[in-house]
Amino acid sequence: MLAKPFLKAFVSPAALCAFGLIAALAAVFQFSLRAYIPGSLEPGGLTFDNFTALMKPLYGRVFLDTVWICAVTALCTLVLGYPIAYALVHTKNPILKSAILIIVVTPLFLGEVVRTYSWIVVLGNNGFINAVLLKLGLIERPLQMMFTQFGVVTALVHVTLPVMVIMLAAAISHIDPDYERAAESLGAGPVRAFLTITLPLSIPGIIAGLTTAFAWTFSAFATPQLIGGGQVNMVSNLVYQLGFASFNFPFAASLSVAGLALAFAVLALLRAATRPLEAATSH
Amino acid sequence: MHTRDALRAAGMTIVSITLAFVLLPALVVAIAAFNARAVLAFPPDTLSWRWFAKAIAYDDFRAGFRNGLIVTAFASTIALVIGAAFAFALDRYSFPLKRTIEGVLLAPLVIPHFTIGLGFLILAAELHATRGFAVVIVCHVILVLPFVLRSVYISLRNLDQRFELAAASLGAPPRRVLTSVTIPLLAPGLVSGWLFAAILSFNEFTASLFVTSQRTQTLPVAMYNYVREYADPSMAALSVMYIVATAALLTLANAFFGLGKVLNVEDAR
Repeated sequence: MLAKPFLKAFVSPAALCAFGLIAALAAVFQFSLRAYIPGSLEPGGLTFDNFTALMKPLYGRVFLDTVWICAVTALCTLVLGYPIAYALVHTKNPILKSAILIIVVTPLFLGEVVRTYSWIVVLGNNGFINAVLLKLGLIERPLQMMFTQFGVVTALVHVTLPVMVIMLAAAISHIDPDYERAAESLGAGPVRAFLTITLPLSIPGIIAGLTTAFAWTFSAFATPQLIGGGQVNMVSNLVYQLGFASFNFPFAASLSVAGLALAFAVLALLRAATRPLEAATSH
Repeated sequence: MHTRDALRAAGMTIVSITLAFVLLPALVVAIAAFNARAVLAFPPDTLSWRWFAKAIAYDDFRAGFRNGLIVTAFASTIALVIGAAFAFALDRYSFPLKRTIEGVLLAPLVIPHFTIGLGFLILAAELHATRGFAVVIVCHVILVLPFVLRSVYISLRNLDQRFELAAASLGAPPRRVLTSVTIPLLAPGLVSGWLFAAILSFNEFTASLFVTSQRTQTLPVAMYNYVREYADPSMAALSVMYIVATAALLTLANAFFGLGKVLNVEDAR
């Protein structure tokens, strides 16, 4: 047995943090099984009512919308993100490379509020797109893009793109360029070399990217709240509304628990569906 | 050779259009911020700095900025110490519950922030703690830990352990090896880990919305409340300052540590 200096001192603070997170999640879980007493912040006794109330079509619709919005966003970011990730890895010029990296990564660090606000200025009825189209005489009256699913997904794709590019670029950069070169020296054209070598080898990155994009979008709050404006609701908006407008924290907690279960179920499905693909390309 | 050139041109066009999509909101916000009139107009009739002055003078933004700095300073520093220590243990030792603790600490990457925020809000209420800075800081530490952990862990992987062995074989006790060999060699990873934690904590919004109160609200929360109530371009001016500051910080970080390495998008060799 080797000596392990500092082991206790190094692990215990982290273990404490892990415990804190578990306690917070346990608190949500515990609240989800408590009765709501109107007008009181203290929850009542144990009950399963919150979960039976979730069965109403109103909530089912929000859950379906959320999964749909997350799935569309994840797919759009994949399609937009792949060429950028590929360019990022294969650009030789260091200045161009840094420029692409900074442009792509900066939005990630801006936070949701600034990015969402920017999209309001772009998509609003008096916003940039409508002003330009009106001036060019292409439309007679402003297009309604705020408070629509299209607007919410557009902004969410923008918010999620950096994460997708980072995950794809990580995967593409670990593919040995010799493989593609070998294929081409054996007579494959660049398209064929890409389709038969690079794309299949980056499938683990694509799956990781889709998974992360889905989880990030699921977590989004400010974008659906401000751009959806009550017309497009995701689970996060409902949780906030129930907590801070109705002070029904037990129901908000049960929605969170159901949301978490749903997200994990979808991610598990995605994993199961893509496992054969991943297995086929890992050799 | 013809197809290759055509493909290259097509690829560059697609990439340029997508990058334009990424940049579009920032450019539009900049135009709005310098527009002298309160109503958005493209192109603006007259330019002015007045919205910048108004944003800087707005009390809630000032308080939010101050609160944000307090939370960020504590949260990112605490997360760095805890995360770096744990990354070290993770890299070098085996111990009970190793994978479990790691898994839990990385969980905030997939658990929605609103769930974590709600959890700490309820937890604080259950413990009868006041909604002060402590709960905000604890929540932020948990949220940024995965990023610190990852950043320091990658640096540890690339650290040549022979330096530590040499120091130890020359008689340096473990504490001395740690402070005069390991930590100096890890410095770039530690600084970049801290920087990412700080930027993420300063900008964290969803969980903060749940755990902050009027007294402790951070800048993103103050901005959110502003956008909900007012439509004048001071928010655009503030966004421009935000975007410029963040891009400048990232450019600096890139020059010093190589963002590509930290984000693992290029080989760390």
